[in-house]
Amino acid sequence: MHTVAIVDYGMCNLDSVARAVEECGGVAMVTGEATELGKADRIVLPGVGAFGDAMQNLRERSLDEALYDQVIRRRTPFLGICLGMQLLASKGWEGGEAEGLGWIEGEVKRLEPFAEDTRIPHIGWNEVAYNDDSCLFSKIPDRKDFYFVHSYHFCPKNSADILAETPYGRGFVSAVKLDSIFGVQFHPEKSQQAGFQVLRNFIGI
Amino acid sequence: MPTKVRVMPTMLYKDLGLVKGVGFDSWRRVGGAMQAVKVYNMREVDELVLLDIRATIEGRSPDFALIDDLADDCFMPLTVGGGIRTVDDVRQLLQVGADKVSVNSAAITTPQLIEQIAAKFGSQCVVVSIDAKAEPDGRWIAYTHSGTRATGRDPLEVAQAVENFGAGEILLTSIDRDGSMTGYDIDLIKCVSDAVSIPVIASGGAGTYADMAKAIAEGHASAVAAASIFHFTEQTPLEGKRYLSRLGFNVRL
Repeated sequence: MHTVAIVDYGMCNLDSVARAVEECGGVAMVTGEATELGKADRIVLPGVGAFGDAMQNLRERSLDEALYDQVIRRRTPFLGICLGMQLLASKGWEGGEAEGLGWIEGEVKRLEPFAEDTRIPHIGWNEVAYNDDSCLFSKIPDRKDFYFVHSYHFCPKNSADILAETPYGRGFVSAVKLDSIFGVQFHPEKSQQAGFQVLRNFIGI
Repeated sequence: MPTKVRVMPTMLYKDLGLVKGVGFDSWRRVGGAMQAVKVYNMREVDELVLLDIRATIEGRSPDFALIDDLADDCFMPLTVGGGIRTVDDVRQLLQVGADKVSVNSAAITTPQLIEQIAAKFGSQCVVVSIDAKAEPDGRWIAYTHSGTRATGRDPLEVAQAVENFGAGEILLTSIDRDGSMTGYDIDLIKCVSDAVSIPVIASGGAGTYADMAKAIAEGHASAVAAASIFHFTEQTPLEGKRYLSRLGFNVRL
Protein backbone atom coordinates (compact mmCIF):
# COMPACT_ATOMS: atom_id res chain seq x y z
CA MET A 1 0.00 0.00 0.00
CA HIS A 2 1.36 3.40 -0.96
CA THR A 3 1.03 6.37 1.32
CA VAL A 4 -0.06 9.37 -0.69
CA ALA A 5 0.58 12.76 0.88
CA ILE A 6 -2.05 15.33 -0.09
CA VAL A 7 -0.51 18.70 0.54
CA ASP A 8 -2.66 21.04 2.64
CA TYR A 9 -1.55 24.61 2.03
CA GLY A 10 -4.87 26.36 2.62
CA MET A 11 -6.00 26.07 -0.99
CA CYS A 12 -8.99 23.75 -0.59
CA ASN A 13 -10.61 20.68 -2.12
CA LEU A 14 -8.59 18.31 0.05
CA ASP A 15 -11.44 16.03 1.10
CA SER A 16 -12.44 15.05 -2.44
CA VAL A 17 -8.86 14.26 -3.37
CA ALA A 18 -8.28 12.27 -0.17
CA ARG A 19 -11.44 10.23 -0.67
CA ALA A 20 -10.58 9.52 -4.30
CA VAL A 21 -7.05 8.41 -3.36
CA GLU A 22 -8.51 6.00 -0.80
CA GLU A 23 -10.99 4.67 -3.39
CA CYS A 24 -8.04 4.06 -5.70
CA GLY A 25 -6.12 1.95 -3.23
CA GLY A 26 -3.80 4.53 -1.69
CA VAL A 27 -3.49 5.52 1.94
CA ALA A 28 -4.31 9.23 2.00
CA MET A 29 -2.28 11.42 4.33
CA VAL A 30 -3.50 15.01 4.33
CA THR A 31 -0.72 17.17 5.72
CA GLY A 32 0.51 20.73 5.82
CA GLU A 33 3.70 19.84 7.70
CA ALA A 34 6.92 20.04 5.72
CA THR A 35 8.45 17.34 7.93
CA GLU A 36 5.65 14.86 7.18
CA LEU A 37 6.20 14.76 3.42
CA GLY A 38 9.17 12.40 3.80
CA LYS A 39 6.81 9.67 5.04
CA ALA A 40 4.95 9.53 1.74
CA ASP A 41 5.61 7.36 -1.32
CA ARG A 42 3.58 9.66 -3.54
CA ILE A 43 2.74 13.35 -3.30
CA VAL A 44 -0.37 15.06 -4.64
CA LEU A 45 -0.63 18.85 -4.78
CA PRO A 46 -4.28 19.83 -5.28
CA GLY A 47 -5.48 23.41 -5.36
CA VAL A 48 -8.10 25.95 -6.28
CA GLY A 49 -7.35 29.64 -6.37
CA ALA A 50 -4.91 32.30 -7.37
CA PHE A 51 -1.36 31.37 -8.37
CA GLY A 52 0.43 34.05 -6.33
CA ASP A 53 -1.49 33.29 -3.10
CA ALA A 54 -0.78 29.60 -3.53
CA MET A 55 2.98 30.11 -3.90
CA GLN A 56 3.00 32.44 -0.91
CA ASN A 57 1.16 29.83 1.19
CA LEU A 58 3.64 27.14 0.17
CA ARG A 59 6.59 29.38 1.09
CA GLU A 60 5.11 30.48 4.43
CA ARG A 61 4.84 26.83 5.45
CA SER A 62 8.30 25.97 3.99
CA LEU A 63 6.47 23.47 1.82
CA ASP A 64 8.23 24.67 -1.34
CA GLU A 65 11.58 23.53 0.08
CA ALA A 66 10.16 20.29 1.49
CA LEU A 67 8.56 19.50 -1.88
CA TYR A 68 11.84 20.23 -3.65
CA ASP A 69 13.63 17.80 -1.33
CA GLN A 70 11.12 15.02 -1.86
CA VAL A 71 10.26 15.45 -5.52
CA ILE A 72 13.45 16.73 -7.12
CA ARG A 73 16.12 15.25 -4.84
CA ARG A 74 14.47 12.02 -3.74
CA ARG A 75 12.33 11.58 -6.86
CA THR A 76 9.08 10.81 -5.06
CA PRO A 77 6.40 10.63 -7.78
CA PHE A 78 4.40 13.86 -7.80
CA LEU A 79 0.99 14.76 -9.21
CA GLY A 80 -0.23 18.35 -9.40
CA ILE A 81 -3.96 18.79 -9.96
CA CYS A 82 -5.43 21.95 -11.56
CA LEU A 83 -3.71 24.83 -9.72
CA GLY A 84 -1.25 22.21 -8.41
CA MET A 85 -0.22 21.52 -12.01
CA GLN A 86 0.07 25.19 -12.83
CA LEU A 87 2.41 25.77 -9.88
CA LEU A 88 4.99 23.54 -11.62
CA ALA A 89 5.56 26.41 -14.06
CA SER A 90 8.29 29.02 -13.86
CA LYS A 91 5.80 31.84 -13.76
CA GLY A 92 2.07 32.54 -13.42
CA TRP A 93 -0.12 35.56 -14.14
CA GLU A 94 -3.32 34.94 -12.12
CA GLY A 95 -3.61 37.87 -9.70
CA GLY A 96 -0.40 39.48 -11.00
CA GLU A 97 2.98 38.09 -12.04
CA ALA A 98 4.35 35.50 -9.62
CA GLU A 99 7.15 32.97 -9.60
CA GLY A 100 6.14 29.29 -9.53
CA LEU A 101 7.98 26.17 -8.40
CA GLY A 102 9.76 26.22 -11.76
CA TRP A 103 10.19 22.45 -12.08
CA ILE A 104 8.76 22.45 -15.59
CA GLU A 105 9.69 25.47 -17.66
CA GLY A 106 6.77 27.54 -18.88
CA GLU A 107 4.14 30.10 -18.00
CA VAL A 108 0.56 30.02 -16.81
CA LYS A 109 -1.66 32.32 -18.85
CA ARG A 110 -5.33 33.15 -19.11
CA LEU A 111 -7.32 31.12 -21.63
CA GLU A 112 -8.09 33.22 -24.71
CA PRO A 113 -11.59 33.12 -26.17
CA PHE A 114 -11.33 31.75 -29.67
CA ALA A 115 -14.83 31.98 -31.05
CA GLU A 116 -18.22 33.07 -29.80
CA ASP A 117 -19.00 29.60 -28.53
CA THR A 118 -15.83 29.39 -26.45
CA ARG A 119 -16.74 30.80 -23.09
CA ILE A 120 -14.20 31.43 -20.35
CA PRO A 121 -13.94 29.95 -17.68
CA HIS A 122 -13.74 26.53 -19.31
CA ILE A 123 -16.20 24.57 -17.19
CA GLY A 124 -17.33 21.05 -17.93
CA TRP A 125 -16.23 17.84 -19.60
CA ASN A 126 -13.75 17.73 -22.41
CA GLU A 127 -11.51 15.37 -24.30
CA VAL A 128 -7.95 14.60 -23.30
CA ALA A 129 -5.73 13.51 -26.17
CA TYR A 130 -2.52 12.03 -24.78
CA ASN A 131 0.72 11.20 -26.59
CA ASP A 132 1.92 8.49 -24.21
CA ASP A 133 -0.17 5.74 -22.63
CA SER A 134 2.66 4.16 -20.68
CA CYS A 135 2.15 6.05 -17.45
CA LEU A 136 -0.73 8.27 -16.33
CA PHE A 137 -3.12 7.36 -19.16
CA SER A 138 -2.55 3.63 -19.18
CA LYS A 139 -5.83 1.66 -19.70
CA ILE A 140 -7.70 4.86 -20.61
CA PRO A 141 -9.08 5.30 -24.13
CA ASP A 142 -7.60 8.25 -26.01
CA ARG A 143 -9.85 11.33 -26.08
CA LYS A 144 -11.77 10.27 -22.99
CA ASP A 145 -13.67 13.11 -21.26
CA PHE A 146 -12.42 14.61 -18.01
CA TYR A 147 -13.85 17.39 -15.84
CA PHE A 148 -12.32 20.85 -16.13
CA VAL A 149 -13.01 24.04 -14.23
CA HIS A 150 -10.39 26.73 -14.91
CA SER A 151 -9.64 30.11 -16.50
CA TYR A 152 -5.85 29.75 -16.78
CA HIS A 153 -3.67 27.17 -18.51
CA PHE A 154 -0.08 25.98 -18.43
CA CYS A 155 2.04 26.75 -21.53
CA PRO A 156 5.21 24.61 -21.21
CA LYS A 157 8.31 25.92 -22.96
CA ASN A 158 9.46 22.49 -24.09
CA SER A 159 7.02 20.43 -26.11
CA ALA A 160 8.68 17.29 -24.72
CA ASP A 161 7.04 18.06 -21.36
CA ILE A 162 3.53 17.93 -22.87
CA LEU A 163 1.71 14.71 -22.03
CA ALA A 164 -1.80 15.57 -23.21
CA GLU A 165 -3.80 18.31 -24.90
CA THR A 166 -7.46 19.32 -24.98
CA PRO A 167 -9.22 20.89 -27.97
CA TYR A 168 -10.92 23.86 -26.30
CA GLY A 169 -10.58 27.28 -27.87
CA ARG A 170 -7.16 27.26 -29.50
CA GLY A 171 -6.37 24.06 -27.62
CA PHE A 172 -4.41 23.87 -24.38
CA VAL A 173 -2.08 21.53 -22.53
CA SER A 174 -4.12 19.34 -20.18
CA ALA A 175 -1.29 17.19 -18.78
CA VAL A 176 2.47 17.55 -18.38
CA LYS A 177 5.21 15.10 -17.47
CA LEU A 178 8.89 15.38 -16.66
CA ASP A 179 10.52 12.27 -15.19
CA SER A 180 8.25 11.33 -12.27
CA ILE A 181 6.63 14.77 -12.04
CA PHE A 182 3.09 14.88 -13.43
CA GLY A 183 0.48 17.59 -13.69
CA VAL A 184 -3.12 17.47 -14.88
CA GLN A 185 -5.35 20.47 -15.52
CA PHE A 186 -8.53 18.42 -15.11
CA HIS A 187 -9.85 17.04 -11.82
CA PRO A 188 -9.27 13.27 -11.70
CA GLU A 189 -11.03 13.14 -8.33
CA LYS A 190 -14.23 14.37 -10.02
CA SER A 191 -13.84 12.63 -13.37
CA GLN A 192 -15.45 9.39 -12.28
CA GLN A 193 -14.07 6.11 -13.73
CA ALA A 194 -11.49 7.66 -16.06
CA GLY A 195 -10.32 9.97 -13.28
CA PHE A 196 -9.95 7.10 -10.85
CA GLN A 197 -7.89 5.21 -13.43
CA VAL A 198 -5.51 8.19 -13.67
CA LEU A 199 -5.14 8.12 -9.88
CA ARG A 200 -4.65 4.34 -9.84
CA ASN A 201 -2.01 4.70 -12.56
CA PHE A 202 -0.24 7.42 -10.60
CA ILE A 203 -0.33 5.46 -7.34
CA GLY A 204 0.94 2.38 -9.18
CA ILE A 205 3.87 4.10 -10.93
CA MET B 1 -14.18 23.64 -30.29
CA PRO B 2 -16.76 24.52 -27.62
CA THR B 3 -17.06 22.52 -24.45
CA LYS B 4 -19.58 19.72 -24.15
CA VAL B 5 -23.09 20.57 -23.09
CA ARG B 6 -23.70 19.50 -19.51
CA VAL B 7 -26.98 18.05 -18.29
CA MET B 8 -27.15 18.82 -14.58
CA PRO B 9 -29.68 17.51 -12.10
CA THR B 10 -30.59 20.12 -9.50
CA MET B 11 -31.39 19.04 -5.97
CA LEU B 12 -33.21 21.47 -3.72
CA TYR B 13 -33.30 20.57 -0.09
CA LYS B 14 -34.64 21.80 3.18
CA ASP B 15 -34.40 20.11 6.57
CA LEU B 16 -32.39 17.17 5.18
CA GLY B 17 -35.16 16.23 2.77
CA LEU B 18 -35.19 16.76 -0.97
CA VAL B 19 -38.04 18.88 -2.21
CA LYS B 20 -39.37 20.14 -5.50
CA GLY B 21 -41.84 22.97 -5.94
CA VAL B 22 -43.76 24.80 -8.62
CA GLY B 23 -42.98 28.47 -9.16
CA PHE B 24 -40.73 28.40 -6.08
CA ASP B 25 -43.74 27.33 -3.98
CA SER B 26 -45.84 24.25 -3.03
CA TRP B 27 -42.81 22.20 -2.04
CA ARG B 28 -43.23 18.44 -2.30
CA ARG B 29 -40.90 16.05 -0.55
CA VAL B 30 -39.10 13.85 -3.04
CA GLY B 31 -36.94 11.69 -0.85
CA GLY B 32 -33.66 11.64 0.99
CA ALA B 33 -30.80 13.74 -0.27
CA MET B 34 -28.20 11.10 0.50
CA GLN B 35 -30.01 8.47 -1.54
CA ALA B 36 -30.31 10.80 -4.50
CA VAL B 37 -26.63 11.74 -4.43
CA LYS B 38 -25.72 8.05 -4.45
CA VAL B 39 -27.95 7.38 -7.44
CA TYR B 40 -26.60 10.33 -9.42
CA ASN B 41 -23.05 9.32 -8.55
CA MET B 42 -23.68 5.78 -9.78
CA ARG B 43 -25.17 7.16 -12.98
CA GLU B 44 -22.08 9.36 -13.47
CA VAL B 45 -23.98 12.57 -14.17
CA ASP B 46 -22.05 15.55 -15.59
CA GLU B 47 -22.48 17.71 -12.52
CA LEU B 48 -24.82 18.00 -9.57
CA VAL B 49 -26.30 21.22 -8.20
CA LEU B 50 -27.25 21.15 -4.54
CA LEU B 51 -29.21 24.14 -3.22
CA ASP B 52 -30.33 24.74 0.36
CA ILE B 53 -33.47 26.80 -0.27
CA ARG B 54 -34.07 27.76 3.38
CA ALA B 55 -30.62 28.88 4.55
CA THR B 56 -30.80 32.54 3.53
CA ILE B 57 -34.44 32.93 4.54
CA GLU B 58 -33.64 31.54 7.98
CA GLY B 59 -30.46 33.60 8.21
CA ARG B 60 -28.36 30.42 8.47
CA SER B 61 -24.92 29.65 7.13
CA PRO B 62 -24.56 26.66 4.81
CA ASP B 63 -24.86 23.32 6.62
CA PHE B 64 -21.23 22.30 6.21
CA ALA B 65 -21.60 18.99 8.03
CA LEU B 66 -24.46 17.94 5.76
CA ILE B 67 -22.54 18.90 2.61
CA ASP B 68 -19.53 17.01 3.95
CA ASP B 69 -21.69 13.89 4.38
CA LEU B 70 -23.29 14.24 0.96
CA ALA B 71 -19.96 14.88 -0.74
CA ASP B 72 -18.55 11.66 0.69
CA ASP B 73 -20.54 9.80 -1.96
CA CYS B 74 -19.97 12.36 -4.64
CA PHE B 75 -17.16 11.64 -7.11
CA MET B 76 -18.75 13.97 -9.60
CA PRO B 77 -18.57 17.74 -9.95
CA LEU B 78 -20.63 19.41 -7.28
CA THR B 79 -22.00 22.95 -7.11
CA VAL B 80 -23.34 23.98 -3.72
CA GLY B 81 -25.53 26.97 -2.88
CA GLY B 82 -27.69 28.44 -0.15
CA GLY B 83 -26.76 30.76 2.69
CA ILE B 84 -23.30 31.76 1.43
CA ARG B 85 -22.39 35.16 2.87
CA THR B 86 -18.63 35.16 3.43
CA VAL B 87 -15.38 34.10 1.82
CA ASP B 88 -14.91 31.71 4.72
CA ASP B 89 -18.24 29.99 3.90
CA VAL B 90 -16.79 29.35 0.44
CA ARG B 91 -13.50 28.09 1.82
CA GLN B 92 -15.30 25.58 4.01
CA LEU B 93 -17.58 24.37 1.20
CA LEU B 94 -14.65 23.84 -1.15
CA GLN B 95 -12.77 22.07 1.61
CA VAL B 96 -15.55 19.51 2.19
CA GLY B 97 -15.96 18.71 -1.48
CA ALA B 98 -17.77 21.41 -3.45
CA ASP B 99 -16.10 22.33 -6.75
CA LYS B 100 -18.10 25.50 -7.20
CA VAL B 101 -20.35 27.58 -5.01
CA SER B 102 -23.58 29.21 -6.09
CA VAL B 103 -24.38 32.63 -4.67
CA ASN B 104 -27.80 34.21 -5.09
CA SER B 105 -29.00 36.73 -2.51
CA ALA B 106 -25.53 37.91 -1.43
CA ALA B 107 -24.54 38.49 -5.07
CA ILE B 108 -27.20 41.19 -5.22
CA THR B 109 -26.89 42.69 -1.74
CA THR B 110 -23.07 42.57 -1.50
CA PRO B 111 -21.58 42.08 -4.97
CA GLN B 112 -18.12 42.75 -3.51
CA LEU B 113 -18.39 39.24 -2.10
CA ILE B 114 -18.21 37.89 -5.66
CA GLU B 115 -15.06 39.93 -6.23
CA GLN B 116 -13.51 38.62 -3.01
CA ILE B 117 -14.33 34.98 -3.77
CA ALA B 118 -12.98 35.33 -7.31
CA ALA B 119 -9.75 36.92 -6.08
CA LYS B 120 -9.24 34.20 -3.48
CA PHE B 121 -10.41 31.07 -5.27
CA GLY B 122 -10.68 32.12 -8.90
CA SER B 123 -13.69 33.09 -11.04
CA GLN B 124 -14.16 29.49 -12.13
CA CYS B 125 -15.57 28.49 -8.76
CA VAL B 126 -18.15 31.30 -8.38
CA VAL B 127 -21.54 30.63 -9.88
CA VAL B 128 -24.09 33.41 -9.47
CA SER B 129 -27.62 32.14 -9.55
CA ILE B 130 -30.18 34.58 -10.85
CA ASP B 131 -33.85 33.85 -10.29
CA ALA B 132 -36.04 35.79 -12.70
CA LYS B 133 -39.77 36.38 -12.88
CA ALA B 134 -41.75 38.13 -15.58
CA GLU B 135 -43.75 41.20 -14.58
CA PRO B 136 -47.26 41.71 -15.97
CA ASP B 137 -45.77 44.08 -18.57
CA GLY B 138 -43.39 41.34 -19.74
CA ARG B 139 -40.19 42.70 -18.23
CA TRP B 140 -38.11 40.30 -16.13
CA ILE B 141 -37.13 41.12 -12.57
CA ALA B 142 -34.41 39.36 -10.56
CA TYR B 143 -35.47 37.90 -7.20
CA THR B 144 -33.51 36.87 -4.11
CA HIS B 145 -34.24 34.84 -0.96
CA SER B 146 -35.58 31.81 -2.82
CA GLY B 147 -37.83 33.94 -4.98
CA THR B 148 -39.47 35.84 -2.13
CA ARG B 149 -37.86 39.28 -2.63
CA ALA B 150 -38.03 41.31 -5.80
CA THR B 151 -34.91 43.37 -6.45
CA GLY B 152 -36.39 45.60 -9.13
CA ARG B 153 -33.35 44.86 -11.27
CA ASP B 154 -33.22 43.42 -14.75
CA PRO B 155 -31.60 39.94 -14.73
CA LEU B 156 -29.59 40.89 -17.81
CA GLU B 157 -28.12 43.86 -16.00
CA VAL B 158 -27.44 41.73 -12.89
CA ALA B 159 -25.68 39.13 -15.05
CA GLN B 160 -23.40 41.72 -16.63
CA ALA B 161 -22.69 43.31 -13.27
CA VAL B 162 -21.71 40.03 -11.58
CA GLU B 163 -19.59 39.04 -14.58
CA ASN B 164 -17.67 42.28 -14.05
CA PHE B 165 -17.29 41.42 -10.38
CA GLY B 166 -15.69 38.11 -11.38
CA ALA B 167 -18.49 35.54 -11.49
CA GLY B 168 -17.45 32.54 -13.58
CA GLU B 169 -20.85 31.16 -14.47
CA ILE B 170 -24.55 32.04 -14.26
CA LEU B 171 -27.29 29.68 -13.14
CA LEU B 172 -30.37 31.32 -14.62
CA THR B 173 -33.73 30.14 -13.35
CA SER B 174 -37.14 31.23 -14.52
CA ILE B 175 -39.42 31.29 -11.48
CA ASP B 176 -42.46 31.30 -13.77
CA ARG B 177 -41.38 28.08 -15.45
CA ASP B 178 -39.92 26.39 -12.34
CA GLY B 179 -41.56 23.01 -11.80
CA SER B 180 -44.01 23.60 -14.66
CA MET B 181 -42.27 21.20 -17.05
CA THR B 182 -43.55 23.41 -19.88
CA GLY B 183 -40.12 24.26 -21.26
CA TYR B 184 -37.37 26.74 -20.42
CA ASP B 185 -37.95 30.46 -20.88
CA ILE B 186 -35.90 30.61 -24.06
CA ASP B 187 -36.18 34.38 -24.49
CA LEU B 188 -34.83 34.98 -21.00
CA ILE B 189 -31.97 32.53 -21.46
CA LYS B 190 -31.00 33.91 -24.86
CA CYS B 191 -31.12 37.48 -23.67
CA VAL B 192 -28.77 36.76 -20.74
CA SER B 193 -26.48 34.30 -22.60
CA ASP B 194 -25.91 36.79 -25.39
CA ALA B 195 -25.11 39.56 -22.93
CA VAL B 196 -22.25 37.80 -21.11
CA SER B 197 -19.13 35.86 -22.09
CA ILE B 198 -19.23 33.40 -19.20
CA PRO B 199 -21.19 30.12 -19.38
CA VAL B 200 -24.92 30.26 -18.62
CA ILE B 201 -26.81 27.28 -17.19
CA ALA B 202 -30.47 27.22 -18.22
CA SER B 203 -32.83 26.30 -15.41
CA GLY B 204 -36.55 26.17 -14.72
CA GLY B 205 -39.17 24.42 -16.83
CA ALA B 206 -37.53 21.44 -18.53
CA GLY B 207 -40.23 18.88 -19.33
CA THR B 208 -38.71 17.03 -22.25
CA TYR B 209 -35.31 16.45 -23.80
CA ALA B 210 -36.45 18.66 -26.67
CA ASP B 211 -36.71 21.55 -24.20
CA MET B 212 -33.03 21.03 -23.40
CA ALA B 213 -32.08 21.08 -27.05
CA LYS B 214 -33.98 24.34 -27.47
CA ALA B 215 -32.23 26.00 -24.50
CA ILE B 216 -28.87 25.20 -26.10
CA ALA B 217 -29.64 25.85 -29.76
CA GLU B 218 -31.91 28.87 -29.37
CA GLY B 219 -31.11 30.06 -25.85
CA HIS B 220 -27.33 29.68 -26.31
CA ALA B 221 -27.00 28.03 -22.88
CA SER B 222 -23.78 26.14 -22.09
CA ALA B 223 -25.53 23.69 -19.82
CA VAL B 224 -29.04 22.67 -18.84
CA ALA B 225 -30.19 22.09 -15.28
CA ALA B 226 -33.37 20.26 -14.43
CA ALA B 227 -35.10 18.77 -11.42
CA SER B 228 -38.78 17.83 -11.87
CA ILE B 229 -38.14 15.95 -15.08
CA PHE B 230 -35.74 13.67 -13.20
CA HIS B 231 -37.76 13.44 -9.97
CA PHE B 232 -41.23 12.91 -11.41
CA THR B 233 -40.76 11.27 -14.80
CA GLU B 234 -38.84 8.32 -16.21
CA GLN B 235 -36.48 10.65 -18.05
CA THR B 236 -32.78 10.56 -17.05
CA PRO B 237 -29.73 12.76 -17.63
CA LEU B 238 -28.08 10.03 -19.70
CA GLU B 239 -31.09 9.55 -21.98
CA GLY B 240 -31.22 13.33 -22.32
CA LYS B 241 -27.64 13.38 -23.52
CA ARG B 242 -28.24 10.51 -25.93
CA TYR B 243 -31.12 12.51 -27.37
CA LEU B 244 -28.95 15.63 -27.67
CA SER B 245 -26.17 13.62 -29.27
CA ARG B 246 -28.55 12.27 -31.92
CA LEU B 247 -29.43 15.86 -32.77
CA GLY B 248 -25.73 16.62 -33.26
CA PHE B 249 -24.98 18.37 -29.97
CA ASN B 250 -21.58 17.76 -28.42
CA VAL B 251 -22.14 15.87 -25.14
CA ARG B 252 -20.20 13.45 -22.99
CA LEU B 253 -21.53 9.91 -23.28
